[in-house]
Amino acid sequence: MTEVKVPATPGPAGAGLGEGAARRRQVIRSTSARSLVRRHLAGRVAVALCAVAVAISLAPLVALVAYTTSRGIHALTVGFFTQSPIPPDGGGISNAIVGSLIIDGLAAAMAVPVGIVTALFLLERRGRLAGAVRFTADVLTGVPSIAIGIFAYAVLVEPFAHFSALAGSFALAVLMLPIVIRSSESAMRAVPRDEWEAGLALGVRRGRVVRSIVLRGALPGLVTGNLLALARAVGETAPLLFTAIGSQLFNLSPTQPTAAIPLVIYGDGTAPFPAQQQIAWGAAFVLLVFVLVLSLVARLVAGRLNRQAR
Amino acid sequence: MTIGTPPAAPDSTPVATAVPTAAAPEEAAVALEKVSVTFGSHRVVRDVTLNLARHRVTALVGPSGCGKTTILRAINRLHDDTGGKVDGRVTVGDLDVYARDTQPELVRSRVGMVFQRPNPFPTMSIFDNVVAGLRLNGVRSKALLREAAEAALHHAALWDLVKDRLHSPAVRLSGGQQQRLCIARALAIEPEVLLMDEPCSSLDPIATAKIEELITRLSTDVTIGLVTHNMFQATRVSDYTAFFLLGEDRATGELIEYGPTKEIFDTPNDPRTKAYVSGKVG
Repeated sequence: MTEVKVPATPGPAGAGLGEGAARRRQVIRSTSARSLVRRHLAGRVAVALCAVAVAISLAPLVALVAYTTSRGIHALTVGFFTQSPIPPDGGGISNAIVGSLIIDGLAAAMAVPVGIVTALFLLERRGRLAGAVRFTADVLTGVPSIAIGIFAYAVLVEPFAHFSALAGSFALAVLMLPIVIRSSESAMRAVPRDEWEAGLALGVRRGRVVRSIVLRGALPGLVTGNLLALARAVGETAPLLFTAIGSQLFNLSPTQPTAAIPLVIYGDGTAPFPAQQQIAWGAAFVLLVFVLVLSLVARLVAGRLNRQAR
Repeated sequence: MTIGTPPAAPDSTPVATAVPTAAAPEEAAVALEKVSVTFGSHRVVRDVTLNLARHRVTALVGPSGCGKTTILRAINRLHDDTGGKVDGRVTVGDLDVYARDTQPELVRSRVGMVFQRPNPFPTMSIFDNVVAGLRLNGVRSKALLREAAEAALHHAALWDLVKDRLHSPAVRLSGGQQQRLCIARALAIEPEVLLMDEPCSSLDPIATAKIEELITRLSTDVTIGLVTHNMFQATRVSDYTAFFLLGEDRATGELIEYGPTKEIFDTPNDPRTKAYVSGKVG
């Protein structure tokens, strides 16, 4: 680095300073002034690169939504939502929509309570067991969904020799569990330690502090995290392939083979007949809207809860 | 609060440096003209006209939420990043802070800042912290960095304490030492103005006394703007005092009165100032 020799400024800037300080000020100012031009240019370039990166990451998403919409929207008729499939290639997907609601609802009912309680355990314990649980949850996140499916098949289908919505829910619950655990844990960790202690210092029981202060404070994060976990599960196909397996019939019993939207997409999308493919596109569009609505609701609820907390 | 005796001789006034008088207005290092700051639809503080006299300490006092800190942060354009909109005119020397072609970096290289809580960079050593403002602005000369670090640490009365462990992590220092390190870091770029936002609020009385002593000493070289909740601190270290209060709408802060510290505390013009300073409970 060159030391710029500039005469120490006379007048206001230098007065009162030692000579060394005035010289340093001069060098520092001129150095940073020179690098400022370069830095501003670099900043512009960086912002431009960011814009390009945003465009690249948005492009597939926009294309996917646009394409699915354009192909699927023609399938949407009243019958599409009210009828079950009419063989060979007519009818609608009402049975699959209801089936998905049942399967996903039951999956959430299993995964959310277990996940939140596990998260609480992780929050309260620092020991080896907690570490092992956390590690297991992380590993579980990476387990392929098809493996979870075959596991559910082995546990809940094979012994009964019977496919069921319940087995599908179980598979999806296993899939959701690690996401629920980790997102709930971080939501609850975000509640300041001060608030815990303020509660404990009032002589309040630990369980009550957790319920009324920690869970309440973490509620926006809990809602968001769990709904996003659900959104993730709603679109899963592999775990349902050999558990809920799908059905042509309208059915409300969780112990029966049940249709689900992803299964319709899989089944009809690979069929050779245009009418069935049309149904698959329609189902894909419905699924997309479903997931989008879930994400939107997650944000809205979190936003509202956050505002109430203020 | 009992500790923190004024550094001045016992028989002099508690005001530290030369007592300014209203009769002889001093040169302004920083001038604010009708400055207002707005966040969204909330006007936090309005129409503040105020000078920071050169090489003097100006204290900004008043209850919480009346815009003292907001005004302080308007001087070095920190609101650029918080979404606050600043109206009015701020000048530092001959530099128009909010002119279109004024780069915020340029303003901040002339106006240093010390925050409420000590905020040394936790991943950096003591030395790296002090020279961060130089290094990150492109100064590479080892000799100059070393020289600047030593000078700044001397200024912050920290040199003797840390000279043998300049390369140990800054976060190992105590709270008060960390705050002095932050002062050294701000001074290392040789600013003309130093803004201090309640620099003692997280410190114990002994550490506070050291910082106050430092403020008094630093004011021979730099202009200091000090936000404080501690009225005794204002009387101990400041030459001028600006008193802020919420206006009649109970939402927007206003500058009520501004003048030599002694006058503000002994013979305030505004009854609201009088009420506030007479209830002064350090």
